[in-house]
Amino acid sequence: MSEPTEESIRAEVSAWLKANWNPDLDLVQWRSLLADTGWGMPSWPKEWYGKGLPASLASAVQDEFRRIGAIGVARSGVRLLAAGTLLEHGSDALKKKFLRRILTGEDNWCQLFSEPGSGSDLAGAMTRADLKDGKWIINGQKVWTSGAHHAQYGLLLARTDWNVPKHQGLSYFIIEMEKPGVQVQPLRQMNGHATFNQVFFTDAVVPEENLVGSLGEGWKVATTTLMHERRLAADGIITGLPGKGGKQTGKAYEQERTETAKVNELYKWYPQRAGRPDLVIERAKAAGKNNDPVVRQEIAKLLTMNRAAQWTAKRARAAAQLGRVPGPEGSLGKLVGSHVARASAYVHTLINDADAMLTGEDSPMKGLIAEILVSTPAASIAGGTDEIQRNIISERVLGMPKEPVTGLDRPYKDVPKNTVS
Amino acid sequence: MQFSFSDEQEQFRTGLRRFLNEKSPPSEIRRLMATDTGYDRDAWKQLNTSLGLTAVQIPEAYGGQGFGFVELAIVLEEMGRALLCAPYFSTAVLAANAILNAGTEDQKQALLPGIAAGDIVATLAFTEDNGRWDSSGVALTAAEQGGGHRLNGVKSFVLDGHTADLIIVLARSPGSAGDEGLSFFIVDGKAQGLERRLLKSVDQTRKLARLTFDSVPAELLGEAGAAAAPLARTLDQAAVCLANEMVGGAEHMRQSALDYVMMRMQFGRPIASFQAVKHKCADMLVEVELAKSAAYYAAEAAAEEDAELPAIASLAKACASDAFIQTAKETIQLHGGIGFTWDNDTHLWFKRAKSSEVFLGTPVYHRELLMQRWNV
Ligand SMILES: Cc1cc2nc3c(=O)[nH]c(=O)nc-3n(C[C@H](O)[C@H](O)[C@H](O)COP(=O)(O)OP(=O)(O)OC[C@H]3O[C@@H](n4cnc5c(N)ncnc54)[C@H](O)[C@@H]3O)c2cc1C
Repeated sequence: MSEPTEESIRAEVSAWLKANWNPDLDLVQWRSLLADTGWGMPSWPKEWYGKGLPASLASAVQDEFRRIGAIGVARSGVRLLAAGTLLEHGSDALKKKFLRRILTGEDNWCQLFSEPGSGSDLAGAMTRADLKDGKWIINGQKVWTSGAHHAQYGLLLARTDWNVPKHQGLSYFIIEMEKPGVQVQPLRQMNGHATFNQVFFTDAVVPEENLVGSLGEGWKVATTTLMHERRLAADGIITGLPGKGGKQTGKAYEQERTETAKVNELYKWYPQRAGRPDLVIERAKAAGKNNDPVVRQEIAKLLTMNRAAQWTAKRARAAAQLGRVPGPEGSLGKLVGSHVARASAYVHTLINDADAMLTGEDSPMKGLIAEILVSTPAASIAGGTDEIQRNIISERVLGMPKEPVTGLDRPYKDVPKNTVS
Repeated sequence: MQFSFSDEQEQFRTGLRRFLNEKSPPSEIRRLMATDTGYDRDAWKQLNTSLGLTAVQIPEAYGGQGFGFVELAIVLEEMGRALLCAPYFSTAVLAANAILNAGTEDQKQALLPGIAAGDIVATLAFTEDNGRWDSSGVALTAAEQGGGHRLNGVKSFVLDGHTADLIIVLARSPGSAGDEGLSFFIVDGKAQGLERRLLKSVDQTRKLARLTFDSVPAELLGEAGAAAAPLARTLDQAAVCLANEMVGGAEHMRQSALDYVMMRMQFGRPIASFQAVKHKCADMLVEVELAKSAAYYAAEAAAEEDAELPAIASLAKACASDAFIQTAKETIQLHGGIGFTWDNDTHLWFKRAKSSEVFLGTPVYHRELLMQRWNV
């Protein structure tokens, strides 16, 4: 068989969609078909619900889905981080158990990394996992866990060995959330929503086979998850972009809308945390601030940065598609995203002026503008703070000296721990 | 739109960078910037005969190589990086494109081969003492006389205006205003009645001249009274080119700052190990990469004659201006005391950043244009 080309793949997928896509199918049934044929995640390996296609061809497939209006596999939340991590480090049994249901959208996932004493310093995790009678017993606390209260599974970073240095004693598990010993408490955020949670583990049980990667390799596995997180964040999949507001009819569309409404109810502020630069011109006109020369300057600065950020992401993608050595442009998206968010909040403040003091029914766009102003601070914290991004860029991209660290020469049990006060 | 350079374009860039590194070391920049001419005729000739650089974007029909704005932008980025002292921007960007945009077929045939061959240094004189970067500031007049035209008035901030063999001059018919009555004229650098004075410029690598026209004989370029559109187009294209030149300079600054902090020791450790320094370097990288993305996209937009070009040209110009001056400032800062000396090379690029920030319009001016062009 000859190598597929963009043209042949487009033809193939559109013919397949013509024969199989039917908006009146049941959503899970349709997505199961996508998983089993590999058309849902064409860049995944053939043996695991994919077609083994290179990124450039996989994006052509997505294009065809969009063009035809066919629903794709589930992508929201942490599920794709889970999938990416499993594909790279999971046992065949774990892949078999979870990957398909990730794509069909039947399970939701959360990321149990941060703890009260370890956020930026994730490797300082104190949650412990002890093997007893062929089961892992989990004790400890996680925090800022987005979506834990409606997740069936969690990606858990926990310490399995206290007698080796910090990074070497961590292991990575999949934990079932709706089980005894797992207690989830939503935390109210400064924007009034409660998307993230604290999670307490008291002798929670994880089956032995739910270890991802080898024992003591948790840091390596977690790094994979974080890499996927940064990449997906740059693509706007995690932060969420404003939806298209579909009007298509059919059972699958209905079910997708219900799913979106249910899951996304919690996340409806996510687009606002990215600053909503897309609303700026329209709002400036509505508020009559489009003629204010100072506001015009600030709008232009913001939209320039926003466009340049999009082009930078495209440069990174184009280089990856050509198989070139990734340049620095691929490592900047997270940091630039939070610059855009901050600048955008400032511009919305200038535009709405006194109204920017109001929220809810009394305020512009029924509180949406206020929500931007009180949600953007999350952009520079979640998924690694701006300061940590700058450390990473300077060290990994520019090759500058690493931050000093202490205690790596000793068992973690003998190292002073991060305390919470 | 393409978001990557082709292998051929990358090879072209690599070869050019090697050549410019060799031909334009700081010692050579310093030697040339101290001269009134500002460049070396022989080196300029060699640049064009061996690499055909002025010919890059000129169509083959006029003796050029027939590449587009993407290749031209690569040349400019590399020249900006190397801070090459040569009348390239004036000749290959401003004059060549004014002729391409406004000239008649016969005029293109007559004028462009000389530019492509590197025999002729040319420039565009459009700004006047008021320093405005569009047609609104044009007061110099052209009057018909004996089948030809005579120019009277003053042009200022003319790039390489004191040395150019050929000057394209923007003039208006007496009594006209705004975009009406504007025409381009071809003027010989040695014409009767033309007085040329080199201005003292902060950026000695970019020579600016003030030209006084006292009944100077001139030949109409293209159509009479119809220069507004080709002028606007030429200025958009020039803004794109300048943006690319600036990101080359900014990238050079960023890299030289990094090289320095990796080597300089204080408190018993490289200053590159201080987080304040690391974060500054990370921020510089962000700023330069964003500006590059805008400049590259703008070059594509110019090459493809994209309808959004006017807006994108202003966007890229403003973005690159800010990035270049900011990066140059931080590079001085990261050098400490030595960064403030004449002997350290940083100020050469800092001054180029300053002149480029203003030349063709400040970032504030271009942001306002961007808003207008986006119909805000
Ligand atoms: C909306 C939201 C959703 C989140 N969702 C999740 C989730 O689903 N799962 C999960 O595991 N976590 C989640 N987080 C947690 C997030 O990853 C952490 O909050 C973040 O990594 C910072 O850790 P921290 O809160 O402990 O702050 P700290 O690490 O204590 O940081 C405090 C300050 O110190 C600075 N700092 C720390 N270390 C350094 C250093 N080495 N150099 C310079 N400055 C430094 C930081 O930049 C910051 O400004 C979420 C957070 C938010 C805001």
